Amino acid sequence: MSSTGPSDTGPLAPARRWTMWLPLALFALFVALVAYGLLWPASKEVPSRFVGQALPEFDLPPAAAGRPGLKRSDLADGKPRLLNVFASWCIPCAVESPQLARLAAAGIEIDGVAVRDRKADLAGFLERNGNPYRRIGADDRSIVQVGIGSSGVPETYLIDGRGVIRYQHIGEIRPEHIPLLLDKLKEAGL
Amino acid sequence: MIAELGLATLWLAAALALLQLIAGALALTARGTGFVGVVRPSAVVQGGLALLSFLALIMVFVQTDLSVKLVAANSPSAKPLMYKIAGAWANHEGSMLLWVTVMGLAGGFVALVEKRLPERTMLATLAGQAFVSLGFYAFLLFASNPFERLNPVPVEGQGLNPLLQDPGLAFHPPTLYLGYVGLSIAFSFAIGALVTREVGPAFARAMRPWVLGAWIFLTLGITAGSYWAYYELGWGGWWFWDPVENASLMPWLAATALLHSCSVLAARNALRAWTVMLGVVAFSMSMVGTFLVRSGILTSVHAFAVDPQRGTFILALLAIYIGGALTLFALRAGTVTEGERFAVTSRESARVANNVMLTGSLGIILLGTLYPLFTEAFGEKVSVGPPYFNPMTAIFVVPMLAVLAIGPLLRWRRDSFGRVRAILLIPAALLVICGVIAVVLAPGKVLPIIGLALAPALAVASILPLRGRDLRRVKLPVWGMVMAHFGVAVSLFGMASDSAFTTERLVAVRVGETTEVGPWQIRLARIEPVAGPNWTALEAVLEARYKGAAPVFTHPQSRTFWAPVQNTAESALLTRWNGQLYTVLGEQAAGDRWQLRLWWKPFVPMIWLGGVLIALGGLLALLGRVASDVKRLVARDKIAYRRERQGR
Repeated sequence: MSSTGPSDTGPLAPARRWTMWLPLALFALFVALVAYGLLWPASKEVPSRFVGQALPEFDLPPAAAGRPGLKRSDLADGKPRLLNVFASWCIPCAVESPQLARLAAAGIEIDGVAVRDRKADLAGFLERNGNPYRRIGADDRSIVQVGIGSSGVPETYLIDGRGVIRYQHIGEIRPEHIPLLLDKLKEAGL
Repeated sequence: MIAELGLATLWLAAALALLQLIAGALALTARGTGFVGVVRPSAVVQGGLALLSFLALIMVFVQTDLSVKLVAANSPSAKPLMYKIAGAWANHEGSMLLWVTVMGLAGGFVALVEKRLPERTMLATLAGQAFVSLGFYAFLLFASNPFERLNPVPVEGQGLNPLLQDPGLAFHPPTLYLGYVGLSIAFSFAIGALVTREVGPAFARAMRPWVLGAWIFLTLGITAGSYWAYYELGWGGWWFWDPVENASLMPWLAATALLHSCSVLAARNALRAWTVMLGVVAFSMSMVGTFLVRSGILTSVHAFAVDPQRGTFILALLAIYIGGALTLFALRAGTVTEGERFAVTSRESARVANNVMLTGSLGIILLGTLYPLFTEAFGEKVSVGPPYFNPMTAIFVVPMLAVLAIGPLLRWRRDSFGRVRAILLIPAALLVICGVIAVVLAPGKVLPIIGLALAPALAVASILPLRGRDLRRVKLPVWGMVMAHFGVAVSLFGMASDSAFTTERLVAVRVGETTEVGPWQIRLARIEPVAGPNWTALEAVLEARYKGAAPVFTHPQSRTFWAPVQNTAESALLTRWNGQLYTVLGEQAAGDRWQLRLWWKPFVPMIWLGGVLIALGGLLALLGRVASDVKRLVARDKIAYRRERQGR
């Protein structure tokens, strides 16, 4: 802001014309700062504390007919895979289902944790959106969800062959995220 | 079907804005006079179409059409009607549609009624308004389409954040938006005047009612928002210096400064370039605030629909509009000829001081809001809070309040302090007395003491301009000024009293036990379950006695909403003339104890009472200005009519 004090000539006399550019200069500074913050959001992505950690011990009962439940040892069989935390009552979960289907079709193994869900609702959800999961555990009290540091649904974890969390994807998987996930899977030794 | 109609009308409105811009620009050229007749009608129709589109969005929300993505994400079927309607603007896309609707309506309204300005300036103004609108139409249509369909259609919507399911929400955002976006008119007026170089009293008089109107809504919106945060968040605080709160305060400060300099320009033809710049700055602050909130560049409890891509889009809009306007200002303001001169001791100087202080506090707040971004660029995370904002803004606000007491007593152009010294003795004496009392009652609390000392003196000083006048002949704008300034004093007293005298207790009690906070004895009578339309709750029945008087019952709740699942603490308030008892029911503690958080806050409602008085003052001033404008118009028409008859 160019601030001018009281004076006999009145503020902003033509003699001080350079001051007229001051607001624009300040604004340019603001834009530069903000553009920097937007383009290099360095500290925006808080890496999860759980990345690099082994999964906790758990054993969930089956959540859907025709799919077994899920326990920790299922996720440490030597092969990297995705662990999708979802629920039938979650709309972004429906939005990401075509992407999960594509990943499954590409041969990626996907296991699911259904959070606070009802069997009937879940069956309907899988019928509407397809079922890319090999196993689905029913996490009725959010114990596994909390245990692996997921704060909402959907979230997708990349688990390496030893049962260690390698990557956490927060929010729905959009088509543009698939290459990233495939890269991460390769890194994990697929 | 309705969603498609809404989208179609939105496209049409955008097309008309384009027409309005092109016709307006062509009409300003020597050969384009044929386009003059197109500009005003297209502004009116554009506003109407935007409104239709917004009504269509409300309709899909009322019908809970879950095939519309926005509805599915924000509205469950089981929700009271009021919140279904409010759901339409309680999200990013809907609020942006509200934004262009208000811009369109304001532009259309100006086109209909504003006849005082030279026609060329009007054309440039309307073209400017269309230019700004176009950016936001593009943003809506390409990056945040509110009418997007969802396939497959979900069975149930996700619901509105329970914190937002409150009557306060139904009115708070639209009120604030009327303020934010109403300032776009001042922005466009400033652009129009810069284009045609017609900056003078007529320009200020034309702009003033619009600034006043927007300012009233901003004042009400901020007051309501602060009260909402106070009782809904359950923290007992009423202002958190959160980026979103700052985003609403900054345009208000700029608009307040603009209001005061506008009057100088209207009455004395001084402060020309400064007023034009404030016109640009006020709406720029609205846009900057929106950007900061929507881009997610700052973390805030309020931030919804955070999306960096949208952030880039809005930043581009900011760069075009604010950068463009400030470039125009730099090029043209030097050629806007110098205004009338005035002496150091004069009402003009007081207004200049007020403007410097307001802009100064705006700068300080902007700096504090952006500071975390700045340090993040160097790899350090900080959060800037009350320890910075309170003292830093006080540096500007305290002298400004002194000017507020003295300024209105001074005469235009030239005055001497000797003339007003005698009258100012009353508030000055009051200041000293209250200061001493405050030091005794609240030792060591610097800012609250200053506030408690200043407030009564200010209240008296704000009424002084009425002394020795025939009250029946005092004009409405003067009443408005007195009331608004008095409101500042009232609000200041509430803030100071709250920070000086609040007592707080956190206790765990069994049913039947009694506890104390300030002058209150509070007994937890019982805990019972209650059910609402889309929530269930545990409700504490508290039996509260003020200094042993008959008991009054108050009912804080711990609510659980089921779509989406979320717990909220519904605080309960007991208001007396001298303060508020604020109670919150917390978790069940070990055994059969319940956590209770209790506050006794002396005179705290005066904060918002003051805010309402300030807005009412603005309303009186607006009514006065509009009434005299109408009178002048009628008189002019009569003269014209008489001349016509004589000519015949």
